[in-house]
Amino acid sequence: MSVEMPKIDLEKCDGCGLCVEVCRCHAIVLVKGKIKIIESKLCGWCLQCELICPQDAISCPYEIVVEKR
Amino acid sequence: MTDLTDFLQLTPYFNNLPGKNELEGIGRYVSERKAEKGELIVAEGDQPQSLYFVVSGAIKLFKTSPDGKEQIFGIVYKGGTFNDVAVFDGGRNPFSAQAMVASMLYSIRKGDIEIVIKKHPGVAINVGRVLASQVRQLGSLVEDLSFKNVTARVAKILVENSGDGSGRPHRLTQQDMAAMAGTAREVVGRSLKSLEEDSVIKMERHRIIIKDIDMLKDIAGANL
Repeated sequence: MSVEMPKIDLEKCDGCGLCVEVCRCHAIVLVKGKIKIIESKLCGWCLQCELICPQDAISCPYEIVVEKR
Repeated sequence: MTDLTDFLQLTPYFNNLPGKNELEGIGRYVSERKAEKGELIVAEGDQPQSLYFVVSGAIKLFKTSPDGKEQIFGIVYKGGTFNDVAVFDGGRNPFSAQAMVASMLYSIRKGDIEIVIKKHPGVAINVGRVLASQVRQLGSLVEDLSFKNVTARVAKILVENSGDGSGRPHRLTQQDMAAMAGTAREVVGRSLKSLEEDSVIKMERHRIIIKDIDMLKDIAGANL
């Protein structure tokens, strides 16, 4: 089963690499000047990559669900 | 020009100074400092020592409440500055500053900044601009926190964008919610935490689970 991961907008990404450094679970790598996200069960949706990106190229969207009673 | 003077020219403090000589003169007061990822560079409440310029990396500015809640005021990137207010008003540091990643900083000591301004009066106008822009930014945050019931708006957004988990409901980032609520992302984060503390919602990795939809609708109140 695939792991939900943060999303990248490659058009906005300028390859600065700040997200690669801030990611605690090493799920982000820089390939040819653009970032790539690797599926990782260690990703805890900490939002640090989304927070640090100066280009708003990374998003960590939430699914909003009502708990079944 | 050297890297240092090239850099100084990029910063809002020194970007309209006429020449190389002036920048080189200012450069004599600049020290370099490296900060490791997670390192606290400035602690809220301490006496200010220096004005800092971010050369590379990212610095988080925040305050911590007595019960340990963190409120982020901003992230400073290359060319940006921090600890300006305390250096100029002589009070204690208003925010803590922490390196989010390994970062390189330049700093000018508090006493030296005064010397620089006296020698280069053009800098004083820039100081005014930098501080005025920070006042505007903080004023807008104060407005959000004090006059707008952001939690009610966030509650409304959650109700209107929720699904039962069977389909693919609309997904929202905290930034999306902030734009919809007409506020800053930092304020949305705070509202979500407060709803979670009241057991109305539960944050679960990439899901926000609404535990008490009736209560959430009540909080959304007149906004719904």
